[in-house]
Order: sequence, then C-alpha cells, then structure tokens
Amino acid sequence: MGQGWSGFMTSVDFSTTIGNAWFPTPIFTASGCASSGRELAQFFPLHDVGGVVTKSVMSKARAGRPTPRMAETPSGMLNSIGLQGPGIDAFIATDIPYLIKQKVRIIVSIAGETVEEYSTLARKLRSVAGISALEVNISCPNVENRGLVFACDPDASRRVIDGVRRTIGGELPIIAKLSPDVTDLVSIARGVVDAGADALALINTVLGMVINLDTMRPHLGGKTGGLSGPAIKPIAVRAVYQVHEALPKVPILGMGGVSNGRDALEMIAAGASGVSIGTASFGNPMALISIQKELKELLSIKGFASLSDAIGYAHRIEEPQ
Amino acid sequence: MVQINKNAAQIKATLVSNKRVGQYYQLIINIGNIANLCKPGNFVAISVGGEASPMVLRRAFAISRVSVSTAFGGTMELIVAPYGQGSMWLCAQAEGATLDVVVPLGTAFGIPTEPVQVLLVGGGYGSAPLFGLAETLNARGCRVDMLLGASTAGKIYAPMEGKRAVNSLRIYTEDGSMGQMGWVTDPIASLIADLNIAVIYSCGPMAMLSAINAITSGRDVVHQCAVEESMACGIGICMTCVLPVADETGAVSMLRSCIDGPVMDGAFVQWDKVGQAL
Repeated sequence: MGQGWSGFMTSVDFSTTIGNAWFPTPIFTASGCASSGRELAQFFPLHDVGGVVTKSVMSKARAGRPTPRMAETPSGMLNSIGLQGPGIDAFIATDIPYLIKQKVRIIVSIAGETVEEYSTLARKLRSVAGISALEVNISCPNVENRGLVFACDPDASRRVIDGVRRTIGGELPIIAKLSPDVTDLVSIARGVVDAGADALALINTVLGMVINLDTMRPHLGGKTGGLSGPAIKPIAVRAVYQVHEALPKVPILGMGGVSNGRDALEMIAAGASGVSIGTASFGNPMALISIQKELKELLSIKGFASLSDAIGYAHRIEEPQ
Repeated sequence: MVQINKNAAQIKATLVSNKRVGQYYQLIINIGNIANLCKPGNFVAISVGGEASPMVLRRAFAISRVSVSTAFGGTMELIVAPYGQGSMWLCAQAEGATLDVVVPLGTAFGIPTEPVQVLLVGGGYGSAPLFGLAETLNARGCRVDMLLGASTAGKIYAPMEGKRAVNSLRIYTEDGSMGQMGWVTDPIASLIADLNIAVIYSCGPMAMLSAINAITSGRDVVHQCAVEESMACGIGICMTCVLPVADETGAVSMLRSCIDGPVMDGAFVQWDKVGQAL
C-alpha cells in the first residue's frame, strides 16, 4: 500500500475466481443486460472482459410481458421484461456456440417457475462444454406457491439450489442470484450456501412502480418493475457488505448501479470478487471496457498488487490508508 | 445470422448547428465518414444531461438526412421535439458542444429496384426522415408523393428544400390551421388506386401507422413503417422496445424495434396486439 503514483499502471493481478472458475478480469455483464453477447460484440471484443453472464433462460421460449416495459426514473430505470427468451434448447444450439467462438468465458443464467424446472435446466447444461459457471436466478414467481418469488422464501430458495446441486454440483460453480427485497438477506444467503451454492450474485433489481399521470394507472404493462441503475447502488453495496461479513469465504458477484471504476471498487471493497455491469451498458455500450480500465487504474493508484488484496478491504480492522 | 448493430459506433461528435424550426429544433452533428453508412430510416442514440446526469438512458432520434461532403465533413441532421427532459437538454446545447452518439442504428427503408410510384406519409415531426428518403427514391426514378399530418400547423415539419424531391405534397391538420382539415389517412385509399402506388413509407405516431395498415391490408401495396416504442438502450440488449410481429409462418413473437426495426413491414406487425400479452 501507499506506493502512490509510482505504482500507477504497473501490472495489477486482475484475475479473479468464483468457486473453482478462473476469470481474467473481475468485470462481467449482468444477466438480462447483454442478451447473449451479440449486440455488444460490435462495440468491443467480448473476450476482453471477465465473462458474459447470459440473459436468464427458461425451459421454453417465452414472449415476456406486454409493453410498456420500461420507465426511466431519477438515476435509474424500471424494467418489466418478463424473461422473454428463446428457451433452453435454442439457447444451447445457437447462443452458446456463438459465445464459445468469441473465446469469452460464459456464465449461463437459468430461471424457472418450479423447483423441477431449475433442475431440468441444469441437467440440459450439464453436457454442454465451454460453460464456466451457472447463475441460478431465483427472483422468479414460484407457480407452485401462489407466485411467491423463490428468492423471498428461504425454504423455496434452498430447495431450488439443492435441486441444481444434485444435478451438477461439483461440476460447475453454482451462483445463486438473490433479491434485496427481503427482510433478512443474510439468512437467505446462508440458506442457499448450505444447500450447495458455491457463490452468490447480489443484487437483483429492487421492486418498484411508476404511475403514469396521463392514464392515472401503473405505467408498466406488468404494473411493477425492477429498479436498476445508480439509484440502487448503495443498496447493493450494503447487501454485499452484510453478506460478506457473515459469509466471508463465499465469493460474491456484486452488481447494482455500477457505472464507473469507483463504483466497482466500492463493490469489491465491500466483499465482491467480481462485478457485473447492467444498466450502465444501456447508456454506454462501452461501459464494461471503461469500468474495467478505471478499476485497474484505481487499484494500481491505491497500491494494490492484486485484485484479491482489495476484496473485502472495507471489513479489515487495520487502519485504512 | 445477420450481424447485429453492424456499422454502429460510439463516437464523440460536435454539434455544428442548432436552429429552432417552428416547434422543433434542427440539429446538425458532425459524424465524419460514418455519414456514408447512414441510410434513411436509421436512428441514433444520444447521451443526455452531461456527466453524472440522473438521466441514465440515451435518447433515440431518427436521422432525417445526411450530407457526406460539407465544410465540416460528414454530418447528419436530426429534427428534435423538445417534449421531455432529455430532448430539452439536447435542444439547449450550444453549437460546438460535444455529444456522445451511437450511430447508425436500426433497419433502413427498403428502396425499390424499379422506378415505381410511392407515397410517403408523415405524422408530426415523423415527416423529418421522409425528406431524405424522398431524395433517395427520387434518385431511383420513383415518383414520390407525400402526405403530412399533425394536430395543428405548428406541428407540421415541411422544410422548403425538402419539397424539391417530392412530386406533390398535401398537408392535413385536425384543426384546419394548415392545409386541409382532417386526417392524413383520409385520402390514402383513393390515392393508392388513382396513382397505382406500389409502396407506402410511413413515419409517425403508432396510431397513424396502424390506421395506414388498416388501409393497405388486402390491397396490393407494400407498407414500410418506422415504428416507435420507448427504448432504454437502442442496441438490442434491454428488450424493452418490443412489438408483436408475425413471421412467414404466422407465428408471432416480440421483436425489438431497435434491431428488427424501426423500419418494419407493416403487414407483419400485429397492430391489435401492441401493448397486449402474447
């Protein structure tokens, strides 16, 4: 520490690991904010970032929610897409081969309406080569339990992860993506880790609503939507900090409103081993590249020899620099 | 698979001119050689509000016209209505300002291979890209007739120089303050028959596009329309700007108006399902 400018631009070991998966950089797309990579590939080579986390895929093709699906809000936006997607078979047939060809590391995100659907998805992905990790998006309504979102129900969260673990546990790191819309995030995190999650993705969007004053009705077709963008960053940093404090050995993929290198470093200091970029890519197609560059420079300026030295730094008892 | 966002680049571009034109603003932006890649129907996405703005999303605007060899190099023209916070910020920018622009985006109007009769229909400032299109069609030898409509005279955008490429121009306003009182869709059915129109190109509010499609369906005329749906990204990653569109087999899916549009074949858009769950 304390090398100041003399350490600037010297090589920082920028690699990170999530479970047993190694990534060259800690910057990832966020699921649902990069589709399956093709759209961003025009703006930068996908293999320049840590990895692509694909849009959560379900068993069957899905049309998603009606429009309007979007509302801009102060320093953020609401979205209500409803997991539109091609379904797992088409995804495996077309999207995975494309990403492999781009030589980018792939984290596949899955979503289901039943505990069984998650296991089925994991089983289909088990035989697919070229995947680095599996993100299990449990912020979906559970059709078997009155539509209660899995991630808001400790028992359902555990059962989903347990089913996925039985299918592919030990073969691919399982990353459980959690919702911040819960009373006790740490207990949910502990539950899914006990059930077999190797890592956690924090946080999914925060539930919100906008009323359209022309119609005097909820603006979004799906009425409620997920709030993302800089507006939720402090919530995300808090969530990462609290969970890392309780479960310091569990790697965290941190996300929520990160739009520059400083935001990314906050996330890492709070305890994240990697950082996903979502809404920032909507406003800036090159966001991942600029954030990655800024983060690397910041680490160097602050005298960190490696990214891993900075992970969870905010928790250390020693005097901060 | 077709390459998505082919030709698109994120650039810092200089605003070389900003003039008020009636209720709209005409912005001329220097985009260099990229102007050669822009086609009528393409759009741009521009950051608004400056650094650390609470407006985190880009704003999308149709390119109304490009010039490839001006004193500034290649430029594009945008006609912007200062209705929302983002567009008001853009219209308030001084000449010389630097803008963060992603260009060009989206599909373009298809140009007929034969010199056929075409009709261009614009609603409000939706007419803006039609004048650049008219020049391209004119160069192809097409006879171009144009209908413009708006609620009132101040919302009609019809620049003098734009009319050169047009054989005839008729204006309709709902309040009768300019041209004929009525809707721009009123004369379309008879024009299709009288002029033997092969293609209708339209740009404007969704209700107008839908009304035009009700006229063209069942008639032997192609309807190419530039749709509008609110977008968060403009590059195909947010999935918010979708419309229900049928494929050749009749299967309907939600297509992104930024990537599969904004120019779509009106016959395939499921107008009655817009805003509905599939």
